[in-house]
Amino acid sequence: MRFTLNGKRTRVDVHPLARLLDVLREELHLTGTKEGCGEGECGACTVLIDGHPVNACLVPAAHAEGAEVTTIEGLRAHPLQHAFVEHGGAQCGICTPGMILAAVALGPKPSRKAMQAGLAGNLCRCTGYSAIYRSIEKARPARKRKRR
Amino acid sequence: MPVTIRHRALLSPRSLKDALRLRHEEPDAMPLAGCTDIYVALNFGTLPARGFLNLWTLDALRGIDVLDGVVRIGALTTYTALIQSPIVARHLPMLVAASREVGGPQIQHRGTIGGNVANASPAGDTLPVLAVAQAVVELHSVRGLRLVPFTDFYTGYRTSAAAPDELIVALHVPTPQGRQWFRKVGTRAAQAISKIVIAGVGGRQPRIAFGSVAPTVVRLPQTERVLASGGTILEAQQQMQSEISPIDDVRSTAAYRRQVAANLLDEFWRATGPGSARAARGR
Repeated sequence: MRFTLNGKRTRVDVHPLARLLDVLREELHLTGTKEGCGEGECGACTVLIDGHPVNACLVPAAHAEGAEVTTIEGLRAHPLQHAFVEHGGAQCGICTPGMILAAVALGPKPSRKAMQAGLAGNLCRCTGYSAIYRSIEKARPARKRKRR
Repeated sequence: MPVTIRHRALLSPRSLKDALRLRHEEPDAMPLAGCTDIYVALNFGTLPARGFLNLWTLDALRGIDVLDGVVRIGALTTYTALIQSPIVARHLPMLVAASREVGGPQIQHRGTIGGNVANASPAGDTLPVLAVAQAVVELHSVRGLRLVPFTDFYTGYRTSAAAPDELIVALHVPTPQGRQWFRKVGTRAAQAISKIVIAGVGGRQPRIAFGSVAPTVVRLPQTERVLASGGTILEAQQQMQSEISPIDDVRSTAAYRRQVAANLLDEFWRATGPGSARAARGR
């Protein structure tokens, strides 16, 4: 299987029906992508394929062939990551990588309505979502962020 | 490698023609589209299929176009593509509404309308829409092309008129005359399979279809006739009870579904019938 992972051309020898989730975690040792329900309900395993959020537990390796896959490891000091830390968007952390990637797909400054629709496929049992929405609202491009 | 896939094979055709040949040679290989349902069963180890036929790479099965008011939707068209399509927004707003209520964005980016039809669940969100729009299923096999009216497509619970060597290639959906209406009732707004789902087309000759109230999606021709002939909503609701056969299951109860189906019928008719505010405004 050949694909672009976090901007890097990657080749890995896996069963074509292997879940992208297992390819990432077991073969490529990128464990930032979490397994929650394993049935497409919780969104903990959300990654971006060609910029769109998908559940990596429901994607066979064959369907990521030639695609651009972004995992949480592919974000480097993204404003959303800082905002989640600063504004309580992450508590236990299991949903966080998926939440952040689903939020990345919304682009900068999404409306509250866009956030609710865009994160509808991601479950969080800690924050009650308000802290997550607040974190996304507060996320600002890095150069505008005040140094602490 | 998880135990669930070790002994399974994936056939990867390069073209539709190639896919039809493989379908003919290995009819037991299960067609694989967006995997949003099949992989749930695969992950749980409850899927009997030993082999799969990969359709995802066949771009010939994608795309939406319209000719003489009939929208042709490729089987691999995702819910996201349906939501974003100006053609679907203009001709079939109820299909946009249905697609928005499938899972969440992650599911909408992968799940396909062809998969929804092939999966043949009585709870499939787009199925009542296809039933009221009088859609036609385009099936291909090495033997040729066949068009089957959607309302004849399902022969029973999770069974269809498609032959073992046939593939769903597209849906042909005529633009309905009359106001389109869609409602899904589930446990929550996103990520919930329906307890009950309805699509309707209003006007003097209303068309109504329900999901999750019978072994297959159902049109309600007798109920439609009651409303078309000027019957009261109460008469229509009574008639409707003979045309649905809901059961108690993990998501709801038969009694709840009967009550909510009656409420939805009332709501549909208030919104779209001749007595609706829209009709009164001289639409």
